[in-house]
Amino acid sequence: MILQQQISVELNMRNSPSDPPCQSALFKGGHQNITFHQHVNPSQFIVWELLQDGPICRRLFSNSGNFWHTGTISCNIPELAAEMIHSLFLINHSGDIFLEKHWKSVISRSVCDYFFEAKEKAVDPENVSPVLQTPHHYLITIYRDKLFFLSVIQTEVPPLFVIEFLHRVADTIQDYFGECSESVIMDNVVTVYELLEEMLDNGFPLATESNVLKEMIRPPTILRSVVNTLTGGSNVGDTLPTGQLSNIPWRRAGVKYTNNEAYFDVIEEIDAILDKSGSTVFAEIQGVIEACVRLTGMPDLTLSFMNPRLLDDVSFHPCVRFKRWESERVLSFIPPDGNFTLMNYHVSSQNLVAIPVYVKQSITFFEMGPCGRLDITIGPKQTMGKTVEALMVTIHMPKAVLSANLTPTQGNYTYDLATKVLVWDIGKLNPQKLPNLRGSLSLQAGAPKPEDNPSLNIDLKIQQVAISGLKVSRLDMYGEKYKPFKGVKYLTKAGKFQVRT
Amino acid sequence: MLDSNKDSLKLEAMKRIVAMIARGKNTSDLFPAVVKNVACKNIEVKKLVYVYLVRYAEEQQDLALLSISTFQRGLKDPNQLIRASALRVLSSIRVTIIVPIMMLAIKEAASDMSPYVRKTAAHAIPKLYSLDPEQKDQLIEVIEKLLADKTTLVAGSVVMAFEEVCPERIDLIHKNYRKLCNLLIDVEEWGQVVIINMLTRYARTQFLNPNMNESLLEEGSDKTFYGSDEDEDEEEEEEKDKKAEAPAMAKRKPYVMDPDHRLLLRNTKPLLQSRNAAVVMAVAQLYFHLAPKAEVGVIAKALVRLLRSHSEVQYVVLQNVATMSIKRRGMFEPYLKSFYIRSTDPTQIKVLKLEVLTNLANETNISTILREFQTYIKSMDKDFVAATIQAIGRCATNIGEVRDTCLNGLVQLLSNRDELVVAESVVVIKKLLQMQPEKHSDIIKHMAKLTDNIQVPMARASILWLIGEYCEHVPKIAPDVLRKMAKSFTNEEDIVKLQIINLAAKLYLTNSKQTKLLTQYVLNLAKYDQNYDIRDRARFIRQLIVPTEKSGALSKYAKKLFLALKPAPVLESPFKDRDHFQLGSLSHLLNAKAGGYQELPDWPEAAPDPSVRNVEVKDSVFTLLERVTTLTSVPEWTKCSSREKRKEKKVEKPFYSDSEGESGPTESADSESDSASGSESGSGIEESGSGSESEESEEGSESEEEEEEEKEKDKKKKKKELKKPVQESESEQSSEEEERKHERKSKQRKSESESESDEEEDSESESSQTESEDSESEAEVKKKKKAAESKPPSKPVKKDNKKEKKEMSLLDLDDFEPAPSPQATPVNSFLSNSLATDLEGLSLSDAVLSPATISPSSALKSYEMLHRITGEGLSVEYCFSRQPFSPDANMVAVQMQFTNNATSDTKNLHMEDVKLQSGMRVKEFPEIELLPAGEMVTAVMGIDFCDSTQAANFQLCTHTRKFFVSIQPPVGELMRPVFLTENEFKKEQGQLMGMNEITEKITLDVKCRNEHSIVQRVITAANLSRVPCGSDKECRFAGRTVTSSSLVLVTVATKEEGAAKLTINCEKMVIGTMLVKDILLALTQ
Repeated sequence: MILQQQISVELNMRNSPSDPPCQSALFKGGHQNITFHQHVNPSQFIVWELLQDGPICRRLFSNSGNFWHTGTISCNIPELAAEMIHSLFLINHSGDIFLEKHWKSVISRSVCDYFFEAKEKAVDPENVSPVLQTPHHYLITIYRDKLFFLSVIQTEVPPLFVIEFLHRVADTIQDYFGECSESVIMDNVVTVYELLEEMLDNGFPLATESNVLKEMIRPPTILRSVVNTLTGGSNVGDTLPTGQLSNIPWRRAGVKYTNNEAYFDVIEEIDAILDKSGSTVFAEIQGVIEACVRLTGMPDLTLSFMNPRLLDDVSFHPCVRFKRWESERVLSFIPPDGNFTLMNYHVSSQNLVAIPVYVKQSITFFEMGPCGRLDITIGPKQTMGKTVEALMVTIHMPKAVLSANLTPTQGNYTYDLATKVLVWDIGKLNPQKLPNLRGSLSLQAGAPKPEDNPSLNIDLKIQQVAISGLKVSRLDMYGEKYKPFKGVKYLTKAGKFQVRT
Repeated sequence: MLDSNKDSLKLEAMKRIVAMIARGKNTSDLFPAVVKNVACKNIEVKKLVYVYLVRYAEEQQDLALLSISTFQRGLKDPNQLIRASALRVLSSIRVTIIVPIMMLAIKEAASDMSPYVRKTAAHAIPKLYSLDPEQKDQLIEVIEKLLADKTTLVAGSVVMAFEEVCPERIDLIHKNYRKLCNLLIDVEEWGQVVIINMLTRYARTQFLNPNMNESLLEEGSDKTFYGSDEDEDEEEEEEKDKKAEAPAMAKRKPYVMDPDHRLLLRNTKPLLQSRNAAVVMAVAQLYFHLAPKAEVGVIAKALVRLLRSHSEVQYVVLQNVATMSIKRRGMFEPYLKSFYIRSTDPTQIKVLKLEVLTNLANETNISTILREFQTYIKSMDKDFVAATIQAIGRCATNIGEVRDTCLNGLVQLLSNRDELVVAESVVVIKKLLQMQPEKHSDIIKHMAKLTDNIQVPMARASILWLIGEYCEHVPKIAPDVLRKMAKSFTNEEDIVKLQIINLAAKLYLTNSKQTKLLTQYVLNLAKYDQNYDIRDRARFIRQLIVPTEKSGALSKYAKKLFLALKPAPVLESPFKDRDHFQLGSLSHLLNAKAGGYQELPDWPEAAPDPSVRNVEVKDSVFTLLERVTTLTSVPEWTKCSSREKRKEKKVEKPFYSDSEGESGPTESADSESDSASGSESGSGIEESGSGSESEESEEGSESEEEEEEEKEKDKKKKKKELKKPVQESESEQSSEEEERKHERKSKQRKSESESESDEEEDSESESSQTESEDSESEAEVKKKKKAAESKPPSKPVKKDNKKEKKEMSLLDLDDFEPAPSPQATPVNSFLSNSLATDLEGLSLSDAVLSPATISPSSALKSYEMLHRITGEGLSVEYCFSRQPFSPDANMVAVQMQFTNNATSDTKNLHMEDVKLQSGMRVKEFPEIELLPAGEMVTAVMGIDFCDSTQAANFQLCTHTRKFFVSIQPPVGELMRPVFLTENEFKKEQGQLMGMNEITEKITLDVKCRNEHSIVQRVITAANLSRVPCGSDKECRFAGRTVTSSSLVLVTVATKEEGAAKLTINCEKMVIGTMLVKDILLALTQ
């Protein structure tokens, strides 16, 4: 169609890095700047792909035979319409592309080379820039569960839009198969492919609510897979999804349970930085309310707090009525079916944050001789009368540290030589007998003494308490007649809890 | 296996093929075998075939065409989901030959009944556009149509299509702007992002910069920043002025925000609480680009929250925060600590956080920041340490107080064992020293010593440059350094070599005695260097500094050239000025224009006409206003009705606010729950304070005072009414009216005779009672309406009219409400002599009006168009004759009866200056040449109301005078009867379920419990025909709307004791809703 516009088309043969081999072979003859003087018959050519090198660069494909040309067409062709996400490649840790999906025309997987190059440079996979620019495309990548989700886009799009979507894809896979790993994805490759097909239409997100997706494509269960193999049944929903049409896309219609239950987990994470002397540099609390709601029909729930003022900044699942929150500080919502995150909140650093443990540490490296000394003691501070569990200390040692010879009074430790990570798993914190880890570190001979002391990352859990003091006061249900089981659980965890040394 | 008859085998085969596609294997040779199965019954096989087809259709065009017919069949399927999926796959097949088929399918789907299919159509638009850009014009038409769609489902997708196909056609947005703003909160999250980004651009072209006169006018700007209600009041006047004056004048004026601008800001704010980072970012950039300075702060909290998210999100957010923090430092200062760096952060995040910290540094917090930096320098991550050193350098340049501290700190770093750290420090120190070199000769000396140890070329080069530049301060050391360098010249890196040449040249000029030979030596070495830059430089410098007979005048100035005072470099953030890219965009992130990026336009100098965003009032729920009023003739009436209208609005509040986003993001989710709705409607009234703002801004141009007052009164009145029992005596009501009239000391006369006005008032108060009844059952009604899909809020238009009105309302500080018909001139004259005419009217009108009410078609309700007093003897009544209007079937026939009560003849009666909402048409009545005194004449005109209850305004002209009149149809007149059989009726009704159905439980009036009276009342209320029905418990009626021929089906099912159920099925939900009200009123009274 486009070619109809021009009468004579000038084709400059050129090799681009993404050309398939057959083209390269053709061009090895060195036909540079060949001009086609003959009239180009529009029916013989279709536009194969737009390369954005300069304003107008197209690859042409002749219908009449397997004859390929790459070239610049020097006429003013309007730019192709933008599309959001063009293609998706899933890449494993070692750099193999194990799945590709194109929502528009096919893009050669050689675009990923740019990514591999960047990955090579970055050493640590986390350090790869999420947004890469290549001559013709932009690559936006996320790194989740040791997998790279690499999306190819061609034009302007809010990067967060893509990033958020890729995470949603990862979440969905996780939700469907319990984990998001290469083996799981490859075992369910058809389902994953169907999911991707439904989630994006022409690169624009279509259905991302897991409830809607689950109606269309049923998640595999052991029972179903057995039945399917026997009967040849499918895991594609034969009912059409109604959720997509309703005002409440997150809830499917006609939910039925014999046990009606609604459970809420209030989970708080402490993000803190403590300095050498143990004083708090920075601390805040990030909370999340995870809900598991299995209720029949269309219940309308209201969750209220004893002390909602604590919550400094919140974000909600789309089901929460924002207005009610603004005016009454209660969460009013029609819940999605099953597990979901009701809200995230933030208790700001302005409020005093209770730090549950204190750490006494000294890590020193001696100038003389290839050795260092390490001594860490942990004790309870403000635990609100609960026991601190699952206590764990992780230290990223300097490169020069060869091995560690330590004795813990409680728990055990491991030192990974390759990654230089020292992990001390303590377990339950006993206030009577404080856990201590001490001993010597041996350094690489000849290496200069490391100047910097590694910081300690601490993990812990405290059951049945929300460290900010947030309390759910009641949960009411409207709209349905039955009495549901209700429950609230509290849990405090260490988030990014770091002690500088 | 694909040829097998068994679905399970086919499925297995398809699964293998798809798995191969997923791995990137080429399976195109299987195309013919696969495409055969496109019509397979098994859904899963079908789906997988679709996947395959979309992937390979482009390569196998001819074969792909075989499948097209399957999709075309699918497009006609009664199931909306199948229609949608057929369209989706069809449009995904990139085969040029089917472009016309796609175009047709899209057009059809765009007017599909199901919003889901329309959404899919919107998705298909960019696909087709990318396949064939020549279809653009046609596609724009479809986009325009879909933009007018009122469902949240479609909104996001169509805006996406708009952005991809015709982002430059900003004019398409005008009419839909307010709707989009109001729907925004209910749109799915991805759509929100696209809409917000588009609206940002839109707002940049349509509104004035809220910060433009912050420096010019301190107090003024201060006030407007808070956008308080009072300001908005002024705003209107201001805006008027502004329009009148030159744009230059506007600049000096205190800025006032366009109410639409305010609307956008208000409706996007709740979305900061979204769980989707992209939405939050979109709102943040909108606020950053559009909000007044004082309001931008609200986004900081949400952005800081995002820093907890995945590292990729952090990366993008921090980039944007970095840009914002340069412009608006104060915004993030309270969150300084949130940008502290953890050792576990990825390097890129660390560097960005550092950037933000540096931007936030000021005199008060610099000490804490520097202390933080100190810990960072010890980090293991060397890139990060280097960045920290640079950050310290920047802090030092920006904040004079700490310059010395920083410098000392950096000098200490020079003894660091890590070479990289030292090198970076040297570079930074060099920059700092340049600011005040004389003070720091010892540092220079110290650095000179370092040349022996430092190997990093950049650092070596920096030191050499420093020594050369300030060789006067270190006269002893400099030649020595040059000597050492000359020795190692050949082994140095290129940048170092260049600096050695520079150093040599400078020394030669200042201290030629000691260094002449050295310089010669270096230049000779450089002359044979491999690098042409170095060879060039050497040649150039030799010519300049070594005086030869050939060298011209230049060498005389060599000293000036080399030893000129160099300006100190300004260390600035790489994020400076990045905000010319729209924040949150890919281009911003890359700091380069990405393909397809739409520039964020600059603010306009003068605001474009805001009235382009006005839309017709489609759903005037104000049933009472359906009568045509001319403001002048019946002021009392108008006033009442206006009050009614007010009140109604207030009652409606919870419903409206829903779509306005006033009452929260998920209000609409209420639809199924009666729980919340009750309380909500209550709170709606209480909230009217806050509600007033929105109402006002929508209304656009009413003065606040007036409104406030009115509201007070309304509230009082309404409360009173609500308290009263429903069956209250009417006299009380009217006496109350009377009382209030006195209170107000209104100068209005009563236009009708005692009895007439009583009647009038009675009916008024009666209806007002029903209104209050209505309000009680509001919760119920609301539910229904919601189910009927959230409608766009009524958008009162006619700004111009209201402006005129305002002057008037200033005259009598009364709750005078602009009536639907604008009439400026007659009003003023009328006000002045109102009292006199009042009295006159009392005595006369009785006699006049009685014949008029016995209008030719007595069964039909007639309405007054022109009262005889206003008309100076000429009175006009009109009624809807319900006859088909022969010249144009789409028009409603309006029969008008002209009566000349004056003593003289009236000539040349005709109409002029017809003002209509878009789409409406009028067929004028033929001119009446002569109307003798005391005579009566009828004429018929046709109006195409476009299925809306918009008034048709025009001037009625006689040979002497012109009168502004208007005709407003009750919704029941917008249809014509059709004859259906019972079966047809049932079939049609089955197709108009769901949102198109409105059901209401009613209690019938005592007088109309039999079939006959029900039929009569319904038929009086609406122009429908009876549908025969087997059951005597049910009465059915059918009609079609006049313009669009949409079916209107009404069912009244009676039960015991006057209980009944009213069901209305109509594709046009607005019409349905209004009709319910009308019929309800007719049946319950």
